[in-house]
Amino acid sequence: MERRVASVVVIDAGLVERLRAISGHTHVLTDEHELRTYESDGLRHYRLPPAVAVLPGSTEEVRDIVRACHEAKVPWVARGAGTGLSGGAIPVEDGVLIVLTRLNRILEVDLDNQRVVVEPCVTNTAISKAVGPTHFYPPDPSSQIVSTIGGNVAENSGGLHCFKYGFTTNYVTGLEIVLSDGEVVTVGGKELDHPGYDLVGVFVGSEGTLGVATKITLRVTPEAAAHQTMVGYFDSIEQAGRAVTDIVGAGIVPAAIEIMDKLTIEATEHWTHAGYPLDVGAALIVELDGSEAECEARSADVMAIYERNGTTSTRVAQDDDERALIWKARKAAFAAMGYVSPYYYVQDGVIPRTRLAEVLEQIDGLSEEYGFKVANVFHAGDGNLHPLVCFDARNPGELERAEELAGRIVLACVEAGGSITGEHGVGLDKKHLMTDMFSEHDLAAFQRLRCAFDPDQLANPGKIMPTPRLCGEVPGPYRKHPLEQAGVAERL
Amino acid sequence: MMRSAGARQQSVRIRGGGTKLSWGRPTDPPDIEVSTEGLDQIVEHNEGDLTAVLQAGTPLARAQEALAEADQMVALDPPLGETGGATIGGVVSTADSGPLRHRYGAARDVILGITVVLSDGKIAKAGGKVIKNVAGYDLAKLFTGSYGTLGLIVEVVMRLHPRPRETMTAVGGSDDPRALGDAASAVAHSPFGPECLDVWWAEGQGEVLARFGGAAPEAAAKEVAKLMERAGLETRMVADDDALWERQRARQRSSDDPIVRVSGLAAELPRVVRSAEEVGASLVGRAGLGLAWLTLAGGDGREVVSSIEKLRRSLHPFPCVVFDAPHAVREKVDVWGEAQALSLTRRVKARFDPDGICNPGIFVGGI
Repeated sequence: MERRVASVVVIDAGLVERLRAISGHTHVLTDEHELRTYESDGLRHYRLPPAVAVLPGSTEEVRDIVRACHEAKVPWVARGAGTGLSGGAIPVEDGVLIVLTRLNRILEVDLDNQRVVVEPCVTNTAISKAVGPTHFYPPDPSSQIVSTIGGNVAENSGGLHCFKYGFTTNYVTGLEIVLSDGEVVTVGGKELDHPGYDLVGVFVGSEGTLGVATKITLRVTPEAAAHQTMVGYFDSIEQAGRAVTDIVGAGIVPAAIEIMDKLTIEATEHWTHAGYPLDVGAALIVELDGSEAECEARSADVMAIYERNGTTSTRVAQDDDERALIWKARKAAFAAMGYVSPYYYVQDGVIPRTRLAEVLEQIDGLSEEYGFKVANVFHAGDGNLHPLVCFDARNPGELERAEELAGRIVLACVEAGGSITGEHGVGLDKKHLMTDMFSEHDLAAFQRLRCAFDPDQLANPGKIMPTPRLCGEVPGPYRKHPLEQAGVAERL
Repeated sequence: MMRSAGARQQSVRIRGGGTKLSWGRPTDPPDIEVSTEGLDQIVEHNEGDLTAVLQAGTPLARAQEALAEADQMVALDPPLGETGGATIGGVVSTADSGPLRHRYGAARDVILGITVVLSDGKIAKAGGKVIKNVAGYDLAKLFTGSYGTLGLIVEVVMRLHPRPRETMTAVGGSDDPRALGDAASAVAHSPFGPECLDVWWAEGQGEVLARFGGAAPEAAAKEVAKLMERAGLETRMVADDDALWERQRARQRSSDDPIVRVSGLAAELPRVVRSAEEVGASLVGRAGLGLAWLTLAGGDGREVVSSIEKLRRSLHPFPCVVFDAPHAVREKVDVWGEAQALSLTRRVKARFDPDGICNPGIFVGGI
């Protein structure tokens, strides 16, 4: 299933020497086998090694590397743990890969002001550990044990608890950024409302195309007094969806609301033995948090709503261990899919939640049409669907057809008024879908921002934007991504 | 209109409800004033999806009234939002905020999508109509707080929240800034999660206020009152609390006296109170967020300017931005103070408004 492009790239030897002078010989990789480590991210079927990888040990080294690239007009890609699912960290064949793994220090924990200052390769989980048990860092992508804050910032990562608590962008208050010409700027800080444009706000979620963040200031928040995690089982996913509508309609704001369908439950139960019954059509997991009194009152409301929508049975976590087990099953959903299918493609679409039933019907229809099973995992509160398309890449043509099916699912989401991506990003994988969501004028406005930050378009080129674009008075030569050049990633 | 202004290089001033016309740097009179008054429609209210599409000139109060019928709200409560005719476009453009910010964040946190007219007349949108969306650059955040310098906001998509059916506010008073700071900190770090957490200080005394909504506001308010008492505050509980919070909002604005907004840190509240006292200012603030609005005593321009400079020195490096000041004062101080990443900021402005016709001169660095 691999889409590998032979790497026969000559990179300016002078640049490699400069990189060695900046970060030291051992931190500059040019060996073909070593570079293979970095040839892909979480979107495993795109693979492409960089011409050279460098592992800087400080902001100054990042600055000097980026400056050297700027002078040589060589493109570069910054990379954290490589868990992204849209190909955002796939290298440029004749470019430099800046691997940030050595920038992994927590620089400051300022609990009094509910702030943490970190380098980009600190893991998401490490933040909550550093401020726990009294406080936590709410955005919690399922990859949180390994995924890094720098990557979370690039992708504006969400997670299970964002319906109530928000996304990465709601928690980043300050950044130190190395711009593509090597200038180091500080935007925001621990304080809110620095005068000027919200450059922190536009940088978060810019997928590595506006520069590289070398220091990140995050807001953390106190843990709630009490949690109540309750699972309702239903015959159909539509019933579970109606229960969600009723919960939200009653003015209840759960910390998390998740739905798993039958196929997902089967896979994840096999893997985690969390005790989900196998004979149900869907599981709805609702987690409430707040004061004891708040949780008590609201959990009675949620139970009544489960009943009203025909729940077949319910499960309420009796302690923290059981709560963790219920979530372990949900967080393992992607990984566990290997039990059901040798290969799967994780889709990430968003719909207005009220359109759930009709979009699910369309997904069922498409699943039948293509003959592939589709499992559904759903951040039900914010309408973020993760259909998992199951296929076998060993059969010729199946990967392409699975991708086509996944593409049609996401178009159904857009037609319902939603988005092509809720949290995985556009990257390389979805840039051809941007025109389904945005007009030519919209894309031109995006390009204005890109050009303000990076007129030579050296930072992570070939991602997000569907077609090559120039930057007005500084026309840089557009370079096709090597996957496109090789004809393996030709876009519709 | 924008296209023809752009073609003729005419400067454009954008006006909503006219409640914040004295904000920003003083500028030359514009060639053209564009009013969003006619853009006043609630385009969509998607109750089940907790979203609303609002035209920029929609008065916030009217939007809130319509959304309240479904027990929902835009979680933005800046001054003059309920009573003064502030429009959603104006609130977004200036990133103005009120006490609800403690729980729900600012305009940047509840805006989902935006439609703008750029200086060449092109209409562009960014974001979407769903709560969660990471497709494309987040231009909604770029335009939020840009004071009309990048183009004209014509429509916004906002995330909605349930409106609490009942509320309860715990209030604790003291004449010791440190006690107020300790109490505010204890509440901010407590697991009870208030909707709003505010403070005020004037003439040697002040209060901390914590408002609760949700299913059981009273129980949480009582817990928090205990924390305040432990910090040495005298407490009371207020169930009918709307007037209390209207007063907090009102303290962020002034018709005659200059206001300085301090972007500080929560734990530094006592220090900010002391600095306010040194220049004879009263204070209102978001105690958990480190934001405070200081009302300076009036007086001639020279005294006010020296007070502002003194505040900036004593509170350095906290940004101190001047609002509501008379023209004479705004002429003499840089209302914005020091700005970060100014050359990048200028490049952003140049890309979006290459002819410099949108609200020229009003923003940081004379942008």
